[in-house]
Amino acid sequence: MPKLVVKNLRKLFGAFEAVKDVSFQVEEEETLCLLGPSGCGKTTTLRIIAGLEVPTSGEVFVDGKLVNDVPPQDRQIGLVFQDYAIFPHLSVFENIAFGLRVRKIPEAQMKTRVKDTASLIGVDGILDVLGKKLGLSDMQRVAIGRSIVLNPKLLLLDEPLSNIDAKAREMMRAELGKLQKEIGIATVYVTHDQLEAMTLADRIAVMRAGLIEQMGTTSEIYDRARTLFVAKFIGSPTMNLIDCELVYNGKRAILKSEDLALDVTEFAETIGGITKGKELLLGVRPEDVSIDVRKTDSSAIQAEVQLVEPIGAKSIYHLKMSRLAVLAKDHAMPDIDVGSKVWATFNKDKLHLFDKQTEEAIL
Amino acid sequence: MVGLRFANISKKAGKRQILKNVSLEVPDKELFVVAGPPGAGKTTLLKIIAGLVVPDEGEVYIGDQIVNTVPPSDRDVGMVFEVPPIYPNRTGFQNIAFPLEIKRLRKDQVKERVGEVAELLQISHLLDRKPATYSGGELQRVALARVLVRKPRVLLLDEPLKNLDAKIRETTRVELKRLQREFGITMIFSTHDELEATAVGDRIAVMKEGAIEQIGSPKELYSSPKTVFVARFIGSPTMNLTACALKRTGDRWVLDALDFKIDVKTGAHEIESEAMTQELLLGVRPEDILLLDSGDERGCFEGQVELTQNFGDERVVTVRVGKTSLNCLTGKDRVFPYGQKVYVKFKEENAHIFRKETGIAVA
Repeated sequence: MPKLVVKNLRKLFGAFEAVKDVSFQVEEEETLCLLGPSGCGKTTTLRIIAGLEVPTSGEVFVDGKLVNDVPPQDRQIGLVFQDYAIFPHLSVFENIAFGLRVRKIPEAQMKTRVKDTASLIGVDGILDVLGKKLGLSDMQRVAIGRSIVLNPKLLLLDEPLSNIDAKAREMMRAELGKLQKEIGIATVYVTHDQLEAMTLADRIAVMRAGLIEQMGTTSEIYDRARTLFVAKFIGSPTMNLIDCELVYNGKRAILKSEDLALDVTEFAETIGGITKGKELLLGVRPEDVSIDVRKTDSSAIQAEVQLVEPIGAKSIYHLKMSRLAVLAKDHAMPDIDVGSKVWATFNKDKLHLFDKQTEEAIL
Repeated sequence: MVGLRFANISKKAGKRQILKNVSLEVPDKELFVVAGPPGAGKTTLLKIIAGLVVPDEGEVYIGDQIVNTVPPSDRDVGMVFEVPPIYPNRTGFQNIAFPLEIKRLRKDQVKERVGEVAELLQISHLLDRKPATYSGGELQRVALARVLVRKPRVLLLDEPLKNLDAKIRETTRVELKRLQREFGITMIFSTHDELEATAVGDRIAVMKEGAIEQIGSPKELYSSPKTVFVARFIGSPTMNLTACALKRTGDRWVLDALDFKIDVKTGAHEIESEAMTQELLLGVRPEDILLLDSGDERGCFEGQVELTQNFGDERVVTVRVGKTSLNCLTGKDRVFPYGQKVYVKFKEENAHIFRKETGIAVA
């Protein structure tokens, strides 16, 4: 049985429809990420699940039970806020014990549960440390510990890493990932950061204007974006999008743009229904454009390097074909710099194709 | 346009030493990045160049001139702040034209210069609109235009991308770099984000607690970090660092990290005399660890998958070898389930060695 079922959720704030029609479910031990830009309805959805907002219509089931009329504290949901909300003047022990004390759990049982939780989340060595003395990583652990000590059926995380600088975020993301694996509680995670969603979630629901635009595993979302919005939102640097149309040269199917003629005969079956003159967008992720100083592939296109952004072992190359600007992400190559003439090859197995009008994926 | 130079600059605020004996030289037309975590002294350094903070010791040169006592308004230095002070009730044109009106330029001259800068920054469409209608990126560009319109000799940008969305940050970063090239301006840019630093900078000064740790090109900082701090700061995912000792077995030199050992390929004789008796840290970048399915090859070590993070184009797999967790970077086409047995192999020639006590690189 799924731990969480959300059915046809809708929420109006006055005339503004924050959530239009959202449905999904989360299985045991699964982490689902609600991802989208600000204003897409992800936080409202989370708050409805937690019981902090009342939906205009729709249903929320936790562990098989309809909870629409159940107050937040009785929903058996653990909620971890953006700022962790650790009590600074209480020890780690008391922070974790807080919810149990409120519920008047007997002392002996309370102590056992706090200690078990502390050892699960790896803070058993610092139970006496005060909240205000904790580092970021321990704060995150304690915040999660405080929720899971109550044995929730579901854990909700609201942008827990958004206020942390890049280096610390990398470390905290990995910590959170490991913790999730150890705890194994069904989790809904809200973020606007696509990398966070990719790295932490089992499945992602990409939201836009109150609706789920696409839901799937991280690989599905990344490799098979069903709409232009999802394709552009996921991945950094952003996917290259090139205006083109499909033309036939005898039996060969060719995607043609100003600077480009890409033979796509091998995909003819999938794209065969495209009418002549239809405006298309060819999508290629920067890492699927490889560059070389020599022409090693017959389909390679000559380009000039306009800008190089070194990012460690790899670099982002800003290329200009005769008119077309394309980004390539490839290994750092010392002999390629601004002004270099290179040959760029698109990885044909990784092409995306969108209908420009409907913004839906064809390939 | 001119370069600038810091000679032994120190600055205290109360008892706290904000800058410690900072010396650096930025040649004309360079894009120089000051990078480091919050509290490293980046903003103070920029403010000293602008003349908004007076150093306790040392000299600041702009071109050949010592400017320690020159007031900010006479330095010809433009500074864009993290949160740009834009007037909400003025149009884009009025905001950008403001510094020229103070200088009492003729109306037609003002119009011409604002028009030029707006076109260059692609914000001509914002000239008649008020700031409330701008996006974050547009607001930043209007702020930048207001500084550029004065044609400063040196342009300072204090964390200019910090408050922008990830997607806009990516494109604005490129715009700034293009702009700096086109204007041929000396630009100093501060950031806490290492990826931004290497992507943008010709050279980067990595700062820690008021002092410069290392100055170098993106490539130098990535491949030859001089300290553990720089090694950890530059590169994402962060370099793996493990305590180790240098040992001799037969005629081979080996770095022994308890859970694994690696051969020292080069420079063993250099580190031998001084390092034998010292505790060392072995640094291996995630991209320099190969993941193998079998342990047949010499020099590989068995481990277990602890965590997999999907980056879209790549995966970061955390492997536990003995008591050590190692982050390894691998392609996206291989899947590593939680708990799976794998073998790690190090690219020994890319290993980094540091003295544990001082954090300084060996050889």
